[in-house]
Amino acid sequence: MLPDWKLKIILKMSSIKIDHATASLKFNKDEAHVDWHDETLWFVRSKRDKAVFQISEWEQLREAGSQIKNHVLSNMYNLLVEFEEKATANGITVHWAADAKEHNEIVYSIIKNEGVNRMVKSKSMLTEECHLNDFLKEKGVEVIDSDLGERIVQMRGEAPSHIVLPAIHLKKSDVGETFHKHLGTKKGATDPQYLTEAARQHLRDTFLTRKVALTGVNFAIAETGGFVVCTNEGNADMGVHLADVHIASMGFEKIIPMVEHLGVFLRLLARSATGQPITTFSSHFHKPRAGQKMHIVIVDNGRTKQLGRPDFRSSLKCIRCAACLNTCPVYRRSGGHSYHTAIAGPIGSILAPNLDMAQNADLPFASTLCGSCSNVCPVKIDIHEQLYKWRQVLVQEGHVPTVKKVGIQSMASVLSSPSFYRTAGKLGRFLMKNTPFITNNNLNIWYQQRDMPDVPKESFREWYIREKVN
Amino acid sequence: MNNHQRNNMSSREKILSQIKTNQPDYQELNVKFKFESLYENLYEKFAEILSFVGGKALQVNSYEEIKANIRVLYQGVTNIATTIPELSELADFSLNVADPHDLEMLNLVIIEGDFAVAENAAIWVSEKHLPHRALPMITQYLAIVIHKSDIVTNMHRAYERVKVDETGFGTFISGPSKTADIEQSLVIGAHGARGLMVYVMD
Repeated sequence: MLPDWKLKIILKMSSIKIDHATASLKFNKDEAHVDWHDETLWFVRSKRDKAVFQISEWEQLREAGSQIKNHVLSNMYNLLVEFEEKATANGITVHWAADAKEHNEIVYSIIKNEGVNRMVKSKSMLTEECHLNDFLKEKGVEVIDSDLGERIVQMRGEAPSHIVLPAIHLKKSDVGETFHKHLGTKKGATDPQYLTEAARQHLRDTFLTRKVALTGVNFAIAETGGFVVCTNEGNADMGVHLADVHIASMGFEKIIPMVEHLGVFLRLLARSATGQPITTFSSHFHKPRAGQKMHIVIVDNGRTKQLGRPDFRSSLKCIRCAACLNTCPVYRRSGGHSYHTAIAGPIGSILAPNLDMAQNADLPFASTLCGSCSNVCPVKIDIHEQLYKWRQVLVQEGHVPTVKKVGIQSMASVLSSPSFYRTAGKLGRFLMKNTPFITNNNLNIWYQQRDMPDVPKESFREWYIREKVN
Repeated sequence: MNNHQRNNMSSREKILSQIKTNQPDYQELNVKFKFESLYENLYEKFAEILSFVGGKALQVNSYEEIKANIRVLYQGVTNIATTIPELSELADFSLNVADPHDLEMLNLVIIEGDFAVAENAAIWVSEKHLPHRALPMITQYLAIVIHKSDIVTNMHRAYERVKVDETGFGTFISGPSKTADIEQSLVIGAHGARGLMVYVMD
């Protein structure tokens, strides 16, 4: 009998996958929950708006962020070499990982070298992408996620559903239940203050006892070889300042040229993410503290491939603020878990197909192409345009389900022949009027949540000809 | 470079060579990326934002005033430490420890901030002022002393002012630690300090 966690890894790696539409159907069964999820995310968006409207130069800041990142993409080689040189000179060990597996192995070897089997980790979506926790668990290493939201989903055996707010899909009662089970808090407790206090005590012990701490990297600075880690909770700092080893995992696209560019990005990041002017801590690391070892793992895992795609490379500008998730009507009403990737929402849907086209062919279609994502992106990634372009790539590569392909092809033949179009329309109007059950049934997906429109008496063409003659 | 050659390279070489091949044409960076923020009163803006993010600011004229305020605010509190010699009589806890773990029982720490940023109430604190990196986070309550003349308008000015790699570690601290991870309800005091008091000296 396979243990639960092993089964999870197999399922994650297999091609058994529930596509976004099917997963969303499941999510939408609980309408009240969907409404709540929708309102909660929109509330975060509105906090972002409030913060942004106070900065009169916001659009110029976005342009600056965008251009700096454009430059970074075009100078990636030099910047990374410079960064490695400076970091190494400062006493940091720099590793390079071609893929997720190599990243995980590097982290494991560092832990093993310390002679320990436990680690505390602050938020890193990169490590989610690499499935680090599962890998380490299999090797007998316990990983504790110290970000409160991540700790909650970790206890529940779930993946985070949002880049910045990992437990946004959970209500306080869910958290209360989980903490009662894992931390021994009072049954039925829902007060966030009480629950957070319990987590604080539990995680404080973790911080004080772990010798190895892993963080992500928000920004890596080529000019100085340093990097910045932003948190509200202080969990990244609590972990690393008390640990003998600090491992920082970064996708190589996190590099920026100079320290002064942080002025732009630290003004954009928290406002876009949660509407705060800045996170509580913006910690700048340059050297390990005395007696400590610091490692940076620079990861590719498909990023070089994306860098080579002219239409999609700008997705690598992302600073992981999740503003696009908060505004996306589809994300708000389908939830992060419907996207079956580490990063959900609009940005996830243009990053994931690069990693695995077959597995993620459904994601660019999980969109109405409304463009709200592009509108809020602090670094001006043309997300909605890339969603559209991915669709074309996926169709050309044959990753679109046959039903859709056949449907679009028949639409194309109807629409490209005027006489066929007229006949089809006439027949359609006749059937809808005389045999309405043909369309008014649950096999017609459109009818499931909508009424069919009233049947017009005549087509526009018939009306026009009649009127013109008169 | 063919695939066979690639296979014999280290990951570093593989990644960097692929980046060199795949990166777009060089694009010069000449966008305007520094902006002015105009505030009528820097202290008031700083205090307003600090309050918004869950902290509190107090204008003071002397260290005596700070001492008096702390004696009232943190009456009965023990395990107090400070890096500021003028406030040493408040301290009953020595920071002269070898291991940062020994700071675990600290209830209140009063430290010096280098300078502050009005637009987001961030205060730069670095190893220049910290005997231990963990000090501002491990304590239950934190108080920072800054000078009014050391408040700049925004982050662009901040980075003009500070040399971040002068020491191995520095951080901008804006308000007490917090989280809204439980159903978007804001809770002040996550893993770092539960409260932040900032004394702004003339």
